[in-house]
Amino acid sequence: MTATGRTAPETDERLVRTSPLRKLLGRPELGSIVGAVAVFLFFAIVADSFLQSSSFGTVLYAASTIGIMAAPVALLMIGGEFDLSAGVMVTSAALISSMFSYQMTANVWVGVFVSLLVTLGFGAFNGFMLTRTKLPSFIITLGTFLMLTGLNLGFTKLISGTVSTKAIGDMEGFESARKVFASYLTIGGVEFKVTILWWVALVAVCTWILLRTRFGNWIFAVGGEAGAARAVGVPVIRTKIGLYLGVAFAAWVSGQHLLFSYDVVQSGEGVGNELTYIIAAVIGGCLITGGYGSAIGSAVGAIIFGMTSKGIVYAEWNPDWFKFFLGAMLLLATLLNAWVRKRAEATK
Amino acid sequence: MGAVLAAVLGASLMGCSSTGGKRAEERAAKEAAEGRSAVNTPRWTFAMVTHSGDGDTFWDIVQKGAEQAALKDNINFLYSHSDEGQQQAELVQTAIDKKVDGLIVSLAKPDSMKAVVAKAVAAGIPVITVNSGSAESKSFGALTHIGQDESIAGEAVGDELDDRGRKKALCVLHEQGNVGHEQRCAGAKKTFDGTMQNLYVDGTNMPDVQASIEAKLDSDRSIDAVVTLGAPFAAAAVKAKKTAGSKAEIDTFDLNASVATGLADKSLGFAVDQQPYLQGYEAVDLLWLHRYNRNVLGGGLAVLTGPQIITADDADELAEYTDRGTR
Repeated sequence: MTATGRTAPETDERLVRTSPLRKLLGRPELGSIVGAVAVFLFFAIVADSFLQSSSFGTVLYAASTIGIMAAPVALLMIGGEFDLSAGVMVTSAALISSMFSYQMTANVWVGVFVSLLVTLGFGAFNGFMLTRTKLPSFIITLGTFLMLTGLNLGFTKLISGTVSTKAIGDMEGFESARKVFASYLTIGGVEFKVTILWWVALVAVCTWILLRTRFGNWIFAVGGEAGAARAVGVPVIRTKIGLYLGVAFAAWVSGQHLLFSYDVVQSGEGVGNELTYIIAAVIGGCLITGGYGSAIGSAVGAIIFGMTSKGIVYAEWNPDWFKFFLGAMLLLATLLNAWVRKRAEATK
Repeated sequence: MGAVLAAVLGASLMGCSSTGGKRAEERAAKEAAEGRSAVNTPRWTFAMVTHSGDGDTFWDIVQKGAEQAALKDNINFLYSHSDEGQQQAELVQTAIDKKVDGLIVSLAKPDSMKAVVAKAVAAGIPVITVNSGSAESKSFGALTHIGQDESIAGEAVGDELDDRGRKKALCVLHEQGNVGHEQRCAGAKKTFDGTMQNLYVDGTNMPDVQASIEAKLDSDRSIDAVVTLGAPFAAAAVKAKKTAGSKAEIDTFDLNASVATGLADKSLGFAVDQQPYLQGYEAVDLLWLHRYNRNVLGGGLAVLTGPQIITADDADELAEYTDRGTR
């Protein structure tokens, strides 16, 4: 970052006001926004039904289910860590509240809060193991991922006798919980699921934490260089555990959505979704090495993912090629992202 | 690099075969395509959304049947699939958004599909359920269900095992979370006079499937029958049996080319076919009949496409059809 002739020689370069445009160009999510516009235009042209108002609700819903998880996952990645257990943790959270409520014949809300505590416990376990053992988070959370997958199936079969939970739709508190986690609003004939509100709120909170609080500075610091961060007094352990708790909280929200949308949970689901969340965060400008990224970027990443996965269906393409298109889109979006960032940095 | 390419091209030009091969296949496909539709109804769009994973043999056959009927009935046929309940529901939603003229869904995870199928029905889209979901189909508002009753199919297996004098059987489940699979094993257990155990394997990892069956056969020598729930897993079970040196008979649900060969050379005992081609074909054809003539088949009950027990005696005449991937 060199101060060019533009700056007066006697002022400190860090105090120089940058123009709003330049500030915008330096944001991590810029590349992904350009990518999102490109993907949107592309499907608007090739798929007739993509621009219908009802499709809008469907795409936003798909994006929100990914985005709820992608926001805290992005924070975690900025903090320099991964969470491979995020996908199955969603299923665990749903299973716990469903089975607890059913077996105890308790008000559904009791199960929901028990699930919150246990899921946060999983997050704390991840964070604690990571900071205690100093092993890579890839290994730690891979272990949690496998253990949770086994626990999900094992406990469900042990308790319910089958691979899915018993229906809790007729229990007390179900209707009010459904309103909170799985209802929808109809605006102008288009259905908007409540997950979209959760998503917007989570992204807003994550962005606020990242940019306006001391904890946010800590996240950037531990992701950039943990040793240096510790040396200047950043509580590295607390920060990392906090980040895993954030992911666990979002997993709880997604899990409750899963449960209250369908009132029965399949124990084997969720595997593979953790990569989707990471992909959304990376498309949104998070560096895989940590120290750089944004929560808004993860939301844009989720929108790109939602548009692509649904756009391919609206365009009536052969689904055999679906994963290929998804991969190509991911590569293109990330390349575009890197290119825009390079250009933005060059103009500084 | 260029030399290699030239050599390969040269070899393929010189070594032409006048029979069989890809060209014969293409010629056959072209002739079929020229058959065009046999009806003069407008070009309706039907969507089929299944719970299939990627690259699944069984669903490939269903799709072939559906495409054949679509060709005949002048239908624009759309196919999509996801093995996650929520994803499958979203795919159905996209079909509703597209305002399709008919919808075909499989209900392996009925609770995930309930709301969205109700939405399709409310939007005036005729729905037919296929494969899994005979119990829920009617209450969800579908016209009819086309498939195999998994319990009945399981019971048929139990009876067949009894006829063959088996005493101790193993039921190999390759998809954890599939309620239909559980019903098959439960049905077989019900009618089988001997004892039957369930064995869970990871269906996406073939070497693991083989190793798990092998370990089980090794540890329990008295097992004299292994029932797999999908055609590709029968081959793995046969290999496992050889390595374990077991005398067990391998039987399987579903059919494919290698199962047909296995039946013919007696490495497999019997196969229970549910005729996937029929599920795809009939679903599209019945939707067409409904749109054209308001016909509904089944009289409020499921239309059964199976179970059909296939043994060495039937294998030969079926080989032709399994080879082209329609049985």
